Amino acid sequence: MAVSETDLIYLSAAEQARRVRAGEVSSRQLTEAYLARIADMDGEIGAYVTIEGDRALARADHIDAALAGANGHPDQLGPLAGVPIALKDILVTEGIKTTAASAILADWIPPYDGTVVSRLSRAGAVLLGKLNLDEFAMGSSTENSAIKTCRNPWDRSRVPGGSSGGSAAAVVSFQCAASLGTDTGGSIRQPSAFCGIVGLKPTYGLVSRYGVIAFASSLDQVGPMARTVEDVALLLEVIAGFDPHDSTSIDRPVPRYRDALGRGVSGLTIGLPDEYFAGGVDAEVARAVEAAIATYQTLGAKTVPVSLPHTKYALPTYYLVAPAEASSNLARFDGVRYGLRRSETDDSQKVGLFDMYCKTRGAGFGPEVKRRIMLGTFALRSGYYDAYYLKAQQVRTLIRRDFERAFETVDLLLAPTTPTPAFAVGEKMANPLDMYLADIFTLSCNLAGLPGMNVPCGFTESGLPIGMQLLGKPLGEETMLAAAAAFEREIGAIGAGGVPTRRPPEVSS
Amino acid sequence: MAESLTQKDVEEIARLARLELSPDEVESLRTELTAILEHMAVLQALDTEGVEPMTHAVPMHLRLRPDNVGPSLSVDQALGDAPDRADEYFQVPNIIKTNVGE
Repeated sequence: MAVSETDLIYLSAAEQARRVRAGEVSSRQLTEAYLARIADMDGEIGAYVTIEGDRALARADHIDAALAGANGHPDQLGPLAGVPIALKDILVTEGIKTTAASAILADWIPPYDGTVVSRLSRAGAVLLGKLNLDEFAMGSSTENSAIKTCRNPWDRSRVPGGSSGGSAAAVVSFQCAASLGTDTGGSIRQPSAFCGIVGLKPTYGLVSRYGVIAFASSLDQVGPMARTVEDVALLLEVIAGFDPHDSTSIDRPVPRYRDALGRGVSGLTIGLPDEYFAGGVDAEVARAVEAAIATYQTLGAKTVPVSLPHTKYALPTYYLVAPAEASSNLARFDGVRYGLRRSETDDSQKVGLFDMYCKTRGAGFGPEVKRRIMLGTFALRSGYYDAYYLKAQQVRTLIRRDFERAFETVDLLLAPTTPTPAFAVGEKMANPLDMYLADIFTLSCNLAGLPGMNVPCGFTESGLPIGMQLLGKPLGEETMLAAAAAFEREIGAIGAGGVPTRRPPEVSS
Repeated sequence: MAESLTQKDVEEIARLARLELSPDEVESLRTELTAILEHMAVLQALDTEGVEPMTHAVPMHLRLRPDNVGPSLSVDQALGDAPDRADEYFQVPNIIKTNVGE
């Protein structure tokens, strides 16, 4: 396939890596192409909060030089050598501003790299910049960003989803080869569904959380977001694996996930949870997911109905557990060691320590973050703990048991990722509960610690992407990826060079 | 379980959370949190007698590591983003005087 200089941006990350290794293209060419794309495009999208052009070019030149030096042995370079990527701005990057899209961290420059960042760097990736999100990953639309609004590349009047909305928007609009997001209650899968990309939340503990600004520690996971299943598998190979810096990290060898992609689904049993199909799902979403189920049957999978009876309790359980953990984690933002400090009254009187804490946090956190800190503080408060927090943890056990029972008879679960396609900017900002319901199908997976992924499975008549969700057994990433890859091949979503066959509109001039 | 929060409740939670809120914020949080807690009342109807609480997504035990000296941040790196420092320390506002009666 002849590809012009500007078309390099459409290639998959795996294809870009292959061409760099083969000497067909330089990392500098790729990096320049993406920086030009960002300059053209991102004014309309708002995916980037920080662009590191000079640093990226210097890094690309470094990779190109290393490649020249590795003459004849390009495999000594990492599997992502020369590939330009961008990261959700909740992943800590040494020397590069990391904001969590919050005013309280607006100017924070971390003194270290998170584990996933150093692993990507060791794999040879080039970092283009940092991507927009809901403040501290709290939200489902990226509208809670204190920095700027991010828009859905398919329809700029709509949200990209959230909280990893910048990652999803940048990936689908070809402003980076691939990205990483974080997923606490759906924050990788839901924006991936809204933007039509592949996004995977790993089994809890598979990917290190060291250097990820913590939201809810028992739920948070980092995962890949990309245009193809192969790229997601490739990125997962790079970032997964034991890390002594994370006490919840699983100590187990990392499989070569790409080897699973050709396995197909013949002989697999896929469970269809009744509760995820029972009303409240948009008709076009339901139709696309039904069609995907039929495709899997054609491919040789068996599909069976299953029940996850505690599904309706996932939302209240999640909104007790996650805010409780958040209220504790976010206690560190107190104006003492880094970030914003407010230590004066409005008429410039110095205040004491206690008031400094309150003023700093009152000024630094946005409305949704305050809401969750308040909710979490309430749930953990003495006298209320048993009725709220402990109760939620018990229900969490029941939700996990539902999955354990289902996985006794099925290999995978399949459901819509979201009840609706992307909603309009502003549509749900007035009512927090309405916004919370956007994640109704993705929360249980985090509560149970399971792996889950979004796989694009069609479009609405008006051209908005629709996603289906695959949920796997603990450490069942290979089966999940095999099923996703089989579907992607069958529907012909990806053409030569890993280029998606359907792309969002270009820049409106 | 459904709680109707009062203004005083909200102010008390905000104090525990070290959050300064404007009167408008107190009022909107009062109504929003009340609505959210109403939604959670459904949990109360569920029988969880004898159910083990789940604190972690994967069963695990605390891992110990050898007590070895490893690389760490220098004092200057650690203080690099401090809003205020004095020599090798984080500088904070007066603690004792303003916290009398806290």
